[in-house]
Amino acid sequence: MDAVPARARGYVAVVALSAVLCLLPLPATHTPWGASALLAALYAACEHAVRRRFGGTFHPVLLAGAFLLPPAAAALVPVPAALLSPVEHRPVLLRRVWRAAQPALAVWAAARTHCALGGEDAVVGSDFPSVLLPAGAAVLAFCLVLTALDGGLRAAAGLLPLRRAWREQLARTPAPVAVHGLAGLMMAVLWRSPYGPVAALLVLLPMGVSWWVFALYHRERAAHQATIRALVQAVDIKDGYTRGHSERVGHASVLIARELGMDDDRVEVLRFAGILHDVGKLGVPTRLLRKEGPLTPQERRIIELHPEYGHEMVRGISFLGEARAAILHHHERLDGSGYPYGLAGGQIPECARIVAVADAFDAMTSTRCYSRARPVEAAVAELERCAGAHFDPRMVGALVRALRRSGWHPAVTADEPAYGTPPAERTPSTGAPR
Amino acid sequence: MTVLRLIHGAAALVAAGSLAVTLWTGLHDRGVALAFGVLIAVGELTRWSDEQGQRQAAPLGAAGALAYALLGADAGRPGQHGAAQVVTVVLVATVLGAVPHVWSGRSSTVDHLTRRTLTVGFAAVCFQPLYSQGVFAHWVGPAYALLLLTLLALTSLCGAVLAAALAHCRTRWPFGPLLREELRGLLGIGSAICATGAVMALAVAVVGLWALPVFCPPMLLVQLSLRRYAAVRATYRQTIASLARATEIAGCTPAGHAHRVAALSLAVGRDLGLTGPGLTVLEYAALMHDIGQLSLVDPVPAGATAALPAAEQRRIALLGGAVVRQTGVDAAVAVVVERQADPYREQPLAARIVRAVNAYEEKTRDAGPEGPLRALEELRLGTAGDYAPEVVESLARVLARPPGVRERVPVRRTGLSDPAPGWVTHG
Repeated sequence: MDAVPARARGYVAVVALSAVLCLLPLPATHTPWGASALLAALYAACEHAVRRRFGGTFHPVLLAGAFLLPPAAAALVPVPAALLSPVEHRPVLLRRVWRAAQPALAVWAAARTHCALGGEDAVVGSDFPSVLLPAGAAVLAFCLVLTALDGGLRAAAGLLPLRRAWREQLARTPAPVAVHGLAGLMMAVLWRSPYGPVAALLVLLPMGVSWWVFALYHRERAAHQATIRALVQAVDIKDGYTRGHSERVGHASVLIARELGMDDDRVEVLRFAGILHDVGKLGVPTRLLRKEGPLTPQERRIIELHPEYGHEMVRGISFLGEARAAILHHHERLDGSGYPYGLAGGQIPECARIVAVADAFDAMTSTRCYSRARPVEAAVAELERCAGAHFDPRMVGALVRALRRSGWHPAVTADEPAYGTPPAERTPSTGAPR
Repeated sequence: MTVLRLIHGAAALVAAGSLAVTLWTGLHDRGVALAFGVLIAVGELTRWSDEQGQRQAAPLGAAGALAYALLGADAGRPGQHGAAQVVTVVLVATVLGAVPHVWSGRSSTVDHLTRRTLTVGFAAVCFQPLYSQGVFAHWVGPAYALLLLTLLALTSLCGAVLAAALAHCRTRWPFGPLLREELRGLLGIGSAICATGAVMALAVAVVGLWALPVFCPPMLLVQLSLRRYAAVRATYRQTIASLARATEIAGCTPAGHAHRVAALSLAVGRDLGLTGPGLTVLEYAALMHDIGQLSLVDPVPAGATAALPAAEQRRIALLGGAVVRQTGVDAAVAVVVERQADPYREQPLAARIVRAVNAYEEKTRDAGPEGPLRALEELRLGTAGDYAPEVVESLARVLARPPGVRERVPVRRTGLSDPAPGWVTHG
């Protein structure tokens, strides 16, 4: 309870008070209690099933309430669900009040708008298309109130500045809520039709299935990410000295790609390119990777096969896209003296040039068996010296600019035990094993 | 093949009959027919096939077709269209929507059309004649909605049986598990299709054709989520296959071994009646069964674990299980990998399959033309302790199938760049 600032608590109290004010005219209005109770129970059941598993909210029922009931009664619909559902985190009472008050206000606003535009008669008479205008306005009001209250809470709790909180919320909400609004409208129309609530319930089934599939999607995606991490860990097991190297190279590649103004999809692909760039080392004998002292030319040739091994491994993963080319060509040099193909200049794919710079930077700033870690400034100076011959000057420049702006403190999950110690340090955790 | 011909023949007969009747009587309620036709065609355009290339998913098209079959009235005015017209409109719209798919040669359209024609025909024949004779006149209000739901449930049951029969004819996998898989599908997306079909039919009866555009977006949302799920599943499978390829790159096992074992294991698993999640576990375990060799200091000669002493085999299996546990895959996969070297009486079914198929694959690898027969013989001799007799018999059955059928069987592509069917043609 102490963690919540007084400002946020006051804000929740004000919102709750306004919600109570919305509920006040309840005894005076002619309220269809049966329908309200049924919708409230339905919403509570849906919330119970949906929130616990998928962490979302079930707007169609609320919007159907806004289309069917007078404002005060509609505002009552979300209340029982909030009071009954379990709350996982600490300030239980505060959270519960907020979960009841916020949707209550939003539904009230939606119902108010709907009534003011004469939507109720249109729903009862089910005369399309004149139903659509009040319904659209109501959905808009619902959406605006929800985002405004949410953004307000974030600002009051000191998480985000008000304007940014609102902008982020507004960018995210409208499309799903619009679809939910259509489902809610269909529900309301069928509820008022001769077929009654039974038919209205059917509308919820597709929405529920879409939630379910969405949850499956998230589970599968999490598993996929765990598998990618496992690939990286497999390399780390073989090559103990590069522990955490892969993730840091991914981080540096992202810095460069962002600095070059690439779009989000490409940045994500580059993150994977950085993370997986050395995956081919799985094919190199462990003895060679861990060898201390100079390598013979033959051993060097074997190690230099790793880009091709890596490409062979990941070529079947279609979502990696150009990251596969980056894995194959990350040891090419701008003057054509690199491997495996000795490409030069513009023949080297752009993403491979980015990963090459990121790889070299991290190799210099972390401890290897053959050298100690250098400070970031020395590594940058070395990169700038080699720009043009080994590295693309554009990528080096981008990395330098990004480092100047945000510094270099990569968080590496593979390093967890070591990472806990010095969080404020500017140089990276050295990457030395144990 | 005769059953397949029978089903196709029945569908063609229904289609031709409906077309003839519709041409004879002309098209009633043209506006409604056109609206539903457009809806079904759009739904068909967004159709895609799942990773096995087996089941066709066009939820919007299917829901629209069922809604049209069960459509009684349009905004309170009783409709004039009969069962024959329903089948004709659905068929024409489906064919029009399928043109791009046929053009790009992506998926098998004949079976899809057959299923659509027969299921919609069933629903329409159950509903339309009785409705036009006024049998349902005293089913009012909620009872009518429940009646539609019951009809839809019956139709989906028939659809499931039909789909299972078609898949059985095409692939020769046992009918029972296929039917079970279809029925399980009904609980998920099938229920959404039924509900949408019923809601559309009822809503059009209340508000007219406006109901169609209003209720399309929720169904499109379902379709979108399904597609994203299918995409991430495919990606996941590719990543697992890459992980499996690590042992081949490292020189522990010969190239393509994991893929061949996975494909043959899947075929045997199908033959033994595994379905859905069980098959996925089997496939992932088969792909990663050799991954324990990555942890070995000295590689096993040619990666042939079946010839090693039992204790050594078990040690490698345990190492593999430990690696798999780290990958975030279903824990059942790790269990299968861990226990692949145990005597078969202590193993789960998937581990028995992986063990026998892996041994077969290793024994036939460089064994020349009579290798497969000799390998099977050796496996049969080992059924006292190592290999499960029912798995070996199933393997023999799978291998005895004509290559044409067997090649088409496991087209679950594990890596996109791999030529799909080639790797099962052993023996």
